[in-house]
Amino acid sequence: MKHIKTIVKSTIDRSCDSGCGECQTSCQSACKTSCTVGNQSCERKTVKVNKVEREIQG
Amino acid sequence: MVHTFRCIGRIFMLDTESGSLYEIDELTKLAVDRRIAPDEVSEGAFSCYENSEIAAVESEIDELIKEGVLFTPARTYPKPVYSGVIKAMCLNISHNCNLRCEYCFADGGTYNKERKNMPLDVAKKAIDFLVARSGKRRNLEVDFFGGEPLLNFDVVKKTVEYARGLEEKHGKKFRFTITTNAVLLNDEVTEYCNREMYNVVVSIDGRKSVHNCVRKTVGGQDSYDIVLKNALRFKQLRGDRQYFVRGTYTALNTDFAKDVLALNDLGFDCISVEPVVLPETNRLAIKPEHIEILKKQYDELAEEYLRRKNTDKHFEFFHFILNLKEGPCEAKRLTGCGAGCEYVAVNPDGNIYPCHQFDGNDDFIIGNVCDGTFDTAIPKRFAATNVTTKEDCTNCWAKYYCSGGCNANAYNFNGSFDKPYRGACELMRKRIECALALNSVDSEN
Repeated sequence: MKHIKTIVKSTIDRSCDSGCGECQTSCQSACKTSCTVGNQSCERKTVKVNKVEREIQG
Repeated sequence: MVHTFRCIGRIFMLDTESGSLYEIDELTKLAVDRRIAPDEVSEGAFSCYENSEIAAVESEIDELIKEGVLFTPARTYPKPVYSGVIKAMCLNISHNCNLRCEYCFADGGTYNKERKNMPLDVAKKAIDFLVARSGKRRNLEVDFFGGEPLLNFDVVKKTVEYARGLEEKHGKKFRFTITTNAVLLNDEVTEYCNREMYNVVVSIDGRKSVHNCVRKTVGGQDSYDIVLKNALRFKQLRGDRQYFVRGTYTALNTDFAKDVLALNDLGFDCISVEPVVLPETNRLAIKPEHIEILKKQYDELAEEYLRRKNTDKHFEFFHFILNLKEGPCEAKRLTGCGAGCEYVAVNPDGNIYPCHQFDGNDDFIIGNVCDGTFDTAIPKRFAATNVTTKEDCTNCWAKYYCSGGCNANAYNFNGSFDKPYRGACELMRKRIECALALNSVDSEN
């Protein structure tokens, strides 16, 4: 495409109905270091990536 | 729903429902904006473009729509369900503080109650309560908060030791965090935190004049010098472990980007600065007339973030961190913080609240970890609220990144969990735009 450059497609993961719930809680008040949900990572995907990286390194 | 926006001198387009992000040119922005709101884009705006070029853009847009990654239709969701599982706890280990910050939402750490520390037996019962209520969740979070947690550091250490002793037996893994004003943050505390605390949050507001204006000692003295000295030493000893220095900006420093950069210039590289939340009658409160000024500050900060990237002054700004590819699942994006459901706060008396923001409000006591009471009526009220139940959020492009915002703010400002605190919404959207733009740059490298 000449006018539209794709950065990333389809990032809303709808593969699990209710979620595993293992991810970090995302407090959104300002008095804590408040997170948006968007800046969080999926615990399962992060663990998987870390595992692959360890396997590559070791 | 599609949102186009400018940031860091470039133009981006987000398809809300699919989470697809694109960089686009001026003509595409015009064409997409016309599809979003035909009445708001005049035909004259296209006059400087060739018809063939306009047709090519329209064709690219149609191609993405056909693929299901642009103008993706909104989904409908069933009503949220209360699971009863709790996985995170704010442990208000001290209702006392050695600072008297003018904007403190907790009334100098007391939460409008008497000054006191949490006894160890209450803290242990809180841990037992969390383990018992956590169902099959393995990862449990406990944030030591207050007040100033280091005023009760011995109980912090014994609580951690107690919780660690339960991990193997119950198949749990605790992640501890602590939020401190750094007045008592010495080498011994830091070394302990390096062993046990997954994240440490150190409060400092940025420039000396800004910090000293609002963060006073009990005796009304400036606190910046001691806080900075301790925070810098902490940073040195913390190594590559997670930490954030965090500040609060108010109506007195609407040029807060300077405070973020001041903290970076001092040597901190993980920085978070948040808008104060106060009623408009307060002299420090963010008011509607500040919003546009503050949004420009985020733009300026994003540009400076890029300039400092790949230099020895590279820094992370909490609200610009975004995991584009391995972000949360849909379920997480819908439910947000989980206050009152997955997340609760416990005060020194053992009272359980939906979150730390409700500590001190007797209308929101869910139960008590000491006597074993736990009334699900309040958690069920919270569980019934998520981003799909908030009318303002339904039509907001940022809903899957913000998830409806802080329920406590919504309740305190609008008397309803379903009516978000709008001042925060504007700033949240701006921060998300910056985060999306900066992450698109990262994805190029």
